[in-house]
Amino acid sequence: MTEIESVERSLRLSRALTLAGLALLAAVYVRALAFTQVEATQGPAQKIFYVHVPSAWVAFLAFGVVGVCSVFYLIFKEPRLDRFAASSAEVGVVFTTAVLLTGPIWAKPIWGAWWTWDARLSSTLFLWFLYFAYLVLRTAVREPGQRARYSAVLGILGALLVPFIHLSVKMFRTLHPQPVVLNPDGPTLPGSMLATLLFSLAVMTILYAGLVWHRYAQAERDEARAMRVADDAR
Amino acid sequence: MGEVLRHALTIAGKDLRLEFRSRTAFLSALVFTALVLAIFQFARDPTAVSTADLAPGILWITFTFAALLGLNRAFGLERENRALDGLLLSPASRTALYLGKLLANLVFVGAVEAIALPLFAIFFNMPVLRVLGPLVAVIALATVGFVAVGTLMSSIAVNTRFAELMLPVLMLPFLMPPVTSAVQATARIFAGRPFSETVGWLRLLVAYDVTFLVVCILVFEHTIEE
Amino acid sequence: MVASARHPVLAVRDLARSFGPVRALRGVEFTLDAGEVLAIFGPNGAGKTTLLRILAGLLRPERGAVLLGGEPAVRADARQRRRVGLISHASFLYDGLTASENLEFYGRLYGVGDPRARALAALEAVGLAERATTIAGTMSRGMLQRLAIARALLHDPDIVLLDEPFTGLDQAAAGALRRQLVRLREERRTVVLVTHNLDEGLELATHTAIQVAGRFVECAPKDGDAADYRRRYAEATAAHG
Repeated sequence: MTEIESVERSLRLSRALTLAGLALLAAVYVRALAFTQVEATQGPAQKIFYVHVPSAWVAFLAFGVVGVCSVFYLIFKEPRLDRFAASSAEVGVVFTTAVLLTGPIWAKPIWGAWWTWDARLSSTLFLWFLYFAYLVLRTAVREPGQRARYSAVLGILGALLVPFIHLSVKMFRTLHPQPVVLNPDGPTLPGSMLATLLFSLAVMTILYAGLVWHRYAQAERDEARAMRVADDAR
Repeated sequence: MGEVLRHALTIAGKDLRLEFRSRTAFLSALVFTALVLAIFQFARDPTAVSTADLAPGILWITFTFAALLGLNRAFGLERENRALDGLLLSPASRTALYLGKLLANLVFVGAVEAIALPLFAIFFNMPVLRVLGPLVAVIALATVGFVAVGTLMSSIAVNTRFAELMLPVLMLPFLMPPVTSAVQATARIFAGRPFSETVGWLRLLVAYDVTFLVVCILVFEHTIEE
Repeated sequence: MVASARHPVLAVRDLARSFGPVRALRGVEFTLDAGEVLAIFGPNGAGKTTLLRILAGLLRPERGAVLLGGEPAVRADARQRRRVGLISHASFLYDGLTASENLEFYGRLYGVGDPRARALAALEAVGLAERATTIAGTMSRGMLQRLAIARALLHDPDIVLLDEPFTGLDQAAAGALRRQLVRLREERRTVVLVTHNLDEGLELATHTAIQVAGRFVECAPKDGDAADYRRRYAEATAAHG
């Protein structure tokens, strides 16, 4: 299989995976709305939890991937690692935006305000700023090797920053509902809710994987085209 | 090790001598600081909100902006003079270059802070002298943290298309932990709270400083080499 | 009696480097000994500056090696850094410092004994002794070029790299530079000179090379006069340009 054929195949497969993810996401909605019990104190508005929380986990996971790829890029200088990190960042910022949008949608009926500076939403906001910095930096550097190096440095520092942001916001008082899953006493969610949450998390991860793969394949194709143009010009 | 330090001091010395001669960056940072403090003074209603509540935040906003103004100076200098290659050609190691720039930046930002603090005490009538020791410790810890990261980021920003804009964008997320900790610690210091309430924030500052100093030294060469 | 292996002062093997899709260097090789001057001619975009920056240690090659006195060039090696001097169109001088302060600064970085005395001696050697306390930003282009040469040679490098050093110089300054370079050759230093200017280059060179599109089209001891070179240069750029 030639290089072009393999990239086209990647594009097709990743598109299929993403579409499967989206179909499963619809299934999550159905399950959450129709087949999962309504939470006692918060009512139907709580159901956005099944989208909001897994998106947040994936948003942070995506930057973790950026961090790991960045470390390996600086060691091996392999451009594919840079491409993968960039793809993960582009998808990650989308998930982060989703969290920041669903948060207020949840908060308004429950707490009466669109935005509260509570711990976890604040962490996610700063994660968004980090993604923003990463993506803006990439657009501001033209030479690919330099862009990859700078992005990798920012990726590593950013990944190390995230725990510090968590710690800083945690030391503030928080309005956020206490962790129901990552609770030291074990998940306090009733069975069906936990099942829906985990199902949603799996779906979000599939969606993430599909989108990153697709974005990566697109970047591969674009670069192959650029190389051909440069060679033809000689 | 000794040579790294010696080279760093030589580089820092050169930067400071240049800055001292032209004084532009320093004076603009000072003027900016005085302006910010004055504006805050007029922007609040003293009967509605007490000074003590706002003061720590105002102090740190002022310090942060002044630092951002000064940080671009370090590598902007080399860019202006197209002298960075001269430094890279020399036997000075990349670590020495980073440390030299860091030292010069710390002196620069420290000098601005040293003038801003008394201004702040006067404008806002805050009893700074009473708590000077702990306050200076917090200021020092937080400053080292964001100047360490800022020095690294400016070596990146200076090579991008919109350098002055790029630096604040890059720095914003990294400022959050040290500035938050500094404001919280400063507030507790001014309020005379027991040390146990401040120690958590101080630990965070120290952890941040150590982590990012080490990492910045390790990755610096990748922002400089081609 | 122990026979020491004689390595060439500078050896370059199969050097290659790209910037993204642009292949700036595509395999360059040569060796030089003490007292030899290699003049490299080539059109813009041939990769001459890239080659020089790799030799200076400012750029990492993707393939190939640079050997200094038989040892592979390692950028972190301070001893090797001291052997190399670079004169380029950037002066590496600080506008806000005086001539002697600039030289003392570099003297300290290069670890020369008594930086101040060395700086003053270097200023004398280029005829700038009375300008020691002049701020560099106020000096003329010709004076700055002389100061840049003083800076580049301050630490007594045995390999001197020059990137288009005659650019923007008037007659007097160009003459002074030419004399300086002749002296380098007499002092048995190894020189690599990149230039547009066939005449200047030929006068100084012991070896020549024509670089086009990242490769040496020819590389040999100097052979022929300016007219021959102009012809070969035109042929080379037409064929590969």
